[in-house]
Amino acid sequence: MSSNGIRDKVAIVGMGCTRFGERWDKGVDDLLIDAATDTIASAGVSFDDLDAYWLGTLGSGNSGLTLSKPLKIDYKPVSRLENFCATGSEAFRNACYAVASGAYDLVMAIGVEKLKDSGFSGLTGTRPVTDGTDAALTAPAAFSFLAPAYADKYGVDAETMKQVMSRIAWKNHANGAVNPRAQFRKEVSMETIMNSPLIAGQLGIFDCSGVSDGSAAAIICRAEDAHRYTDSPLFVKALSFVAGPGGGPIDPSYDYTTFLEVVRSAEDAYRQAGIDDPRSSLAMAEVHDCFTPTELVLMEDLGFSERGVGWKDVLAGTFDRDGELPVNPDGGLKSFGHPIGASGLRMLFECWLQLRGEAPAERQIASVTAGRKLGLTHNLGGAPGECVSFVSIVGPEPSD
Amino acid sequence: MSTGIVSWGVYLPYWRLQRSGIGAALGTASGKGTRSVASFDEDTTTLGVEAARRALAALDGPVPEDLFFSTPAPAYLDKTNAAVIHSALDLPVSSGAYDLIGSVRSGAAALRSASALGGDRRTIAVLSDLRTGLAGGAEERDSGDGAVAFVFGDGDRVVAELVGHAGATAEFLDRWRAPGDIDSRVWEERFGEAVYLPLVEGAWAEALKGAGALAADVDHVAVAGLHARAVQASRRALGTRPESALADRSATIGNLGAAQPGLLLADALEQAKPGALIALVVVADGADVFLWRTTSELPAARAGREAAGLAPVADLAAGGRDDLPYARFLTWRGELQRDPPRRPDPERPGAPATWRSTPWKGAFKASACRACGFRHLPPARVCLRCRSVDDMDHIRLADVGGRVATFTVDRLAFSLSPPVVGVVVDFDGGGRYRCEMTDVDPEAIVIGTRVTMTFRRLFTAEGVHNYFWKARPAGESPTGDEMGEHDS
Repeated sequence: MSSNGIRDKVAIVGMGCTRFGERWDKGVDDLLIDAATDTIASAGVSFDDLDAYWLGTLGSGNSGLTLSKPLKIDYKPVSRLENFCATGSEAFRNACYAVASGAYDLVMAIGVEKLKDSGFSGLTGTRPVTDGTDAALTAPAAFSFLAPAYADKYGVDAETMKQVMSRIAWKNHANGAVNPRAQFRKEVSMETIMNSPLIAGQLGIFDCSGVSDGSAAAIICRAEDAHRYTDSPLFVKALSFVAGPGGGPIDPSYDYTTFLEVVRSAEDAYRQAGIDDPRSSLAMAEVHDCFTPTELVLMEDLGFSERGVGWKDVLAGTFDRDGELPVNPDGGLKSFGHPIGASGLRMLFECWLQLRGEAPAERQIASVTAGRKLGLTHNLGGAPGECVSFVSIVGPEPSD
Repeated sequence: MSTGIVSWGVYLPYWRLQRSGIGAALGTASGKGTRSVASFDEDTTTLGVEAARRALAALDGPVPEDLFFSTPAPAYLDKTNAAVIHSALDLPVSSGAYDLIGSVRSGAAALRSASALGGDRRTIAVLSDLRTGLAGGAEERDSGDGAVAFVFGDGDRVVAELVGHAGATAEFLDRWRAPGDIDSRVWEERFGEAVYLPLVEGAWAEALKGAGALAADVDHVAVAGLHARAVQASRRALGTRPESALADRSATIGNLGAAQPGLLLADALEQAKPGALIALVVVADGADVFLWRTTSELPAARAGREAAGLAPVADLAAGGRDDLPYARFLTWRGELQRDPPRRPDPERPGAPATWRSTPWKGAFKASACRACGFRHLPPARVCLRCRSVDDMDHIRLADVGGRVATFTVDRLAFSLSPPVVGVVVDFDGGGRYRCEMTDVDPEAIVIGTRVTMTFRRLFTAEGVHNYFWKARPAGESPTGDEMGEHDS
């Protein structure tokens, strides 16, 4: 069994990202065209220069035609991928492998999702015909199992747990408030967050990420070609993706305080990238904060905090934009909402801005200016105990 | 060899509606006491499953080979509702399952059919009713929901033998209801009383004569019927000893309609001594008189039921939760249309997928790995723990207790009665499953709460009733806490 990785074999040479939000003014086609045209402009190339495309979307269109028709792509390969909430990252991962294999020279990974047109609250989707026995819990309910389990295991009292969860939401909203691409651009007070109406379990409305529309894209080439397109490429250090056996919901030994899939994919990614201590090595991380307890548990699963002390690090501001290891400096799913196909590429876009020093001064993170160089993106899709997990690591310099 | 009743089971739903609540909402006088109310996720089929499970819980030996299900309020027409019960009870494919539906008298029909056929092959009669009526009316106020089941057979488990039966039939307008209507209509009650009384008297005399008994010999007499005036008059006309009259439970649960004869018979079996004569008179479009003689096996059967955690009718009728708001009752019955959540409607389950998963969806059977013992819910072909492939036993966990490992209250999920309570259940002896919890106050759940499984209707989509199992607090149930002692 091996997971060899493609460290420094490919590089990102251009990126684009639309504004996320209730984009009543834009259809799926519009969002794709906006993200794609921004991205080729960023790389200084034309669509004619691109050899192949990977499109990630959960439910905004089937097949490569979803992209090839609006862009009028001239008879080139377009793969359409879906992998739950890691869909956008999965498009990126597969595009990277195609370039690394030598099959193509220059490709685009693009993700899109149009959630707001459904007219429903929360996520919806079409499912295969079933026997009707699945418990019809919503996503917030499935993730709400984390909070009491974590608090119980580590002796965190209910009031402190609420503080910790709210602190995560507060931080991500504060980050999103200064990001013009975010869906929610207002700071939200701790008091408002803590008193928001309950949705599921201990999760209030402000513990849940938003629902939005958006698209983001990246152009990828072999590392040795990167400087043809830009002076400041981002090299891909690690790509890891795992799907678990889904044992959590049926295994009495699973205690709802970890995502085993995340632990495995993080270990794999750190090994590929040659990272021993992620907390001191990474300049930033964009993680899948679908619900506030998710981000808390991720701090431990990704190795940023010791088991059982992530909540203390959260309260200490370790993961604030000006903290030791900024997490979700762009505002995260909390501020951007979660257009499934686009989110993974939106996270990479923040690495693109921050690691290359292109973020506006008011939100440029200090860890980068202090010399840290690596960024991590992470998605998980599914529910606690049964999910898929993606971790990437990127950086502006090739390894020696 | 003697034949007759070998077991019985009674199921009354968790909820009670205070009659005063009806009056308070409508600004009318509405009487005292409560009525039993099937929850939003129950129908006559699920009520019947729960009663039948209780009838089978304290019984060993062969399973019933014919199932007769009677209700005036069937969940399906055309399709056999008894087949749903058959699947939930995990009866063998060779067992018959038949509906007797539409009329209140169908309850008597099920008793008579199962009794007549029960012998060396066991039969089960399931009497179920869910009584509806227009807001503020007597039908709504005075009736109740519930189900009762009786297993008939032979041998030394017989607790009561049928020693006499007589019937009388007449065609006249007492009560009637058009299919699909929620309200029954009745003729002026003095007319019905006048027609019923001679029919009852005739059948009564004939049944006593057939049994070689006198009215004074009867130890317990029960008269069931929805025509209150005719029932009262009949009871007076029977000439039985005053102390033989069974206590009336309708003050707390209401009249169970087609299930009422079953409730009264079960009540009598729980009070009678060995060798007692029980008379059951059913007043519905004529009269049916059943005379049962209890056997020396009755005390042992009652002890077995107690050991299995089954409560007697007296306790069931005195129990239940009586703070159901009238507005919620009306919502459950479809009389009050509430604003739905901004979520997609549930999709109907697919027939082939449902058919393939019958042992799971119907009988709640997990797969247990023969190599390592790990239990999978839903059943899996590849073992989570040891990865063995297709080496599984299928074991029924419907009657196994468990404890809440964790839980949540989902205020966003679709439900006829939000919020949805989601629980992760660890079963005694192994196996974990995440499901809905019902009949519970969300505030009362803690990690470790004991639960048992109950058969419910999750939702109805495009006319398809999606039946499956939910957890409910352990208590009066066919599982009892017996298994809990083995829980570590």
